[in-house]
Amino acid sequence: MTDTPATKPGQTEVWITGIGLATSLGEGLDANWAALSEKRINVDEKGFAPYIVHPLMPVSFDAQIPKKGDQRQMEAWQRIGTYAAGLALDSAGIKGNKDILSKIDMVVAAGGGERDLNVDTGVLTAEAKGANAPGFLNERLMSDLRPTLFLAQLSNLLAGNIAIVHGLGGTSRTFMGEEVAGADAARIALSRIASGESDIALVGGSHNGERKDLLVLYEFGDFNLKDKFAPVWARKDHPGFALGSAGAFLVLESRAHAEARGAKPFAKLSSVVADLARRKQSGDMTATLEKLWAKLPKREGKGAIITGATGAEPATSEERGFLKSHADLPVRSTGTMFGHTMETQFPLGIALAALSISRGALFPPNDSTGTEIEMQGAPTQIVVVGAGHWRGEGMALVEAVG
Amino acid sequence: MTAPRDKLGRPVVVVTGMGIMTSLGAGKADNWAKLVAGESGIRTITRFPVDGLKTTMAGTVDFVSVDPFSSTGLSERMAELVTQEALEQAGIGAKADFPGPLFLAVAPVEVEWPQRRELGRAVGKPDFNYDDLLRISGGGKYSAYHHRFMFGSVAAHLAETFGTKGSPISLSTACASGATSIQLGVEAIRRGETDAALCVATDGTVNPEALVRFSLLSALSTQNDPPQAASRPFSKNRDGFVMAEGAGALVLESYEAATARGAKILGVIAGCGELTDSFHRTRSSPDGKPIIGCMNKTLADAGMTPDQIDHINAHGTATPENDKMEFNTTSAVFGELAQKIPVTSNKSMVGHTISAAGAVEAIFSLLTLEHQRIPPTINYDNPDPTILFNVVGNTARDARVTAVMSNSFGFGGQNASLILTREPA
Repeated sequence: MTDTPATKPGQTEVWITGIGLATSLGEGLDANWAALSEKRINVDEKGFAPYIVHPLMPVSFDAQIPKKGDQRQMEAWQRIGTYAAGLALDSAGIKGNKDILSKIDMVVAAGGGERDLNVDTGVLTAEAKGANAPGFLNERLMSDLRPTLFLAQLSNLLAGNIAIVHGLGGTSRTFMGEEVAGADAARIALSRIASGESDIALVGGSHNGERKDLLVLYEFGDFNLKDKFAPVWARKDHPGFALGSAGAFLVLESRAHAEARGAKPFAKLSSVVADLARRKQSGDMTATLEKLWAKLPKREGKGAIITGATGAEPATSEERGFLKSHADLPVRSTGTMFGHTMETQFPLGIALAALSISRGALFPPNDSTGTEIEMQGAPTQIVVVGAGHWRGEGMALVEAVG
Repeated sequence: MTAPRDKLGRPVVVVTGMGIMTSLGAGKADNWAKLVAGESGIRTITRFPVDGLKTTMAGTVDFVSVDPFSSTGLSERMAELVTQEALEQAGIGAKADFPGPLFLAVAPVEVEWPQRRELGRAVGKPDFNYDDLLRISGGGKYSAYHHRFMFGSVAAHLAETFGTKGSPISLSTACASGATSIQLGVEAIRRGETDAALCVATDGTVNPEALVRFSLLSALSTQNDPPQAASRPFSKNRDGFVMAEGAGALVLESYEAATARGAKILGVIAGCGELTDSFHRTRSSPDGKPIIGCMNKTLADAGMTPDQIDHINAHGTATPENDKMEFNTTSAVFGELAQKIPVTSNKSMVGHTISAAGAVEAIFSLLTLEHQRIPPTINYDNPDPTILFNVVGNTARDARVTAVMSNSFGFGGQNASLILTREPA
């Protein structure tokens, strides 16, 4: 009922005409593709030990965020996202195009910004040493918090910074809610374009995985991967996700709008569906994934699956159950290669699906368990799967433009 | 009421259920009675110590209990209560089986100080760093905090409780969030994806750090005494907004579906519009063009002209910049009518309910249409001579109201407007 239907007669085809990636594997499409092809993974097992993270491959933020003042107003997650958004606009050939940027619709999937760890530990240790005046916390926060830190933490200020830095003047919506927020962002942008409410949209998210405050949050639920890196499918007895840093943005555009300006598509985004499994009993999530699979348009081409499976349990086992019934299709895990980038994982999956289709090959498997198998030839239909570590399931179909 | 489709051929979207909670109280009846009586819900904060704070008052919702307390928990509980009220009025679907999606405006979620302090105490030594906190966070002792502090947790809870369909969307467009949740619902119905949508907005984030954050941005009023007089929209001596808590829920349906099941129609969402301002993180573009564009888009979306709007429910935060900007931009759109159309700001009484404000004020606008009575802007004793709005000052005013524009503007360049009418245009 809330799903984006496949393109119906009278509904416009939606193309992916721009992709921007800044990840732990590198910046831009070529660097990411090269690392994927060479099965190179960038993990840091020491900096946050015993926790494992996929750190951002350093980029020169000046290239997309020329004003230092703008950079200073952002925390890392916003800088990564604003940077990747700029790459996507470049890739679509609309960077600086005022006519288009003044009407582009933005749907961003975001979490929140990093805390000032020194302020937090300063308050807590002072309290541990006996500071207990009623206004102690208030006074410390009033004096220690950087006045503009709030703006670097607010979820919708990723979109705000993208608008300011790149001059976007259309609409701006920010969706929250961890992994599935990325699927919902794509779902809503796609339905708006397909129905003619919008011509062009910038969709994506960004995540800074190198954050101890986030590790604390996920450690509450014992979700962090510890001690040693292993591919997502090989974590069954040692479950968890390794947080990753990444920004992934897409430019989605109606076919007519793209053709009118002579833009070439990477692929088309045919459908995005999402749901909320109750996850009360074993098998609930598997059943929801099957239900979403059945809602996607018919697939008769050369197919593959790119999943954002996290490595956390029981979600990953539930997803493995779903994948077993589609074992004829090659599977690739973005979690293995990029770490878990939360809200960004689904847009990243769409980006890699579009890239694989446009480059005429699926990137190679990187897995010791046999879940990922080799693929010969060019994929024409790739299903992107994104099931949250706790809640939320999404699926998309990316296809070659016929 | 006649046409099931609007001038642009889209399904007309109507409201068939509403629920509301603010610092004035719970429910439509209580809120409306106090609102038209000009009562203020702003009071000195008692939830936590206010020593050392510049602003010591807020529009807190203290009559709802949440245990263990967290701002996100309060947001969730308020959202649940207003949704119950809206569903009872709409009489739609079955228990725990709402026939459409959920769009939830909710404040960004984060681990809060009570939980952080609990962790700090659990380390058990006076000198420690973040790694020590991290080391004791696992093992299942705090697993409830993982769920509580997921951004999607409030929406997941509401979706499971009320049986909404599909993936619930949690959204933030800062102070425009409530309006955006309604806009998403309207769009889904207009696209024909669903016959009904549940749009909820909630904000329970009056906590020390939230107050400090807005204080450090010099956004809050510091006229603490008496607290009821702190929020002064359109007044010369306004000095900032007053943080507040609240929630609103609206059941939206296509006109066709609502009439087919014999539902009582409470009003029409005739138009929605939004436009981003890329000028600055917290300030509007000095020329006001994005806000002007937002209002014009909304009029166009409703297929209406400025002379058809006979009341404006202003964003009216009482910050020096907002109110002036709102008058200038409204004048650009409405011309001389901007000085004639009655304008009010509910925030004078309930404060600024931030993520909830757009929905709370849409509901007050619909109640205004129902009662043909405009709630006052209280504390309007010293009008700003440069803001020439026809402010409904201090006492409620009976008026013929057929169409209301409700505006919301937020940090991050978020602008959103709604036009609400009694009947389809």
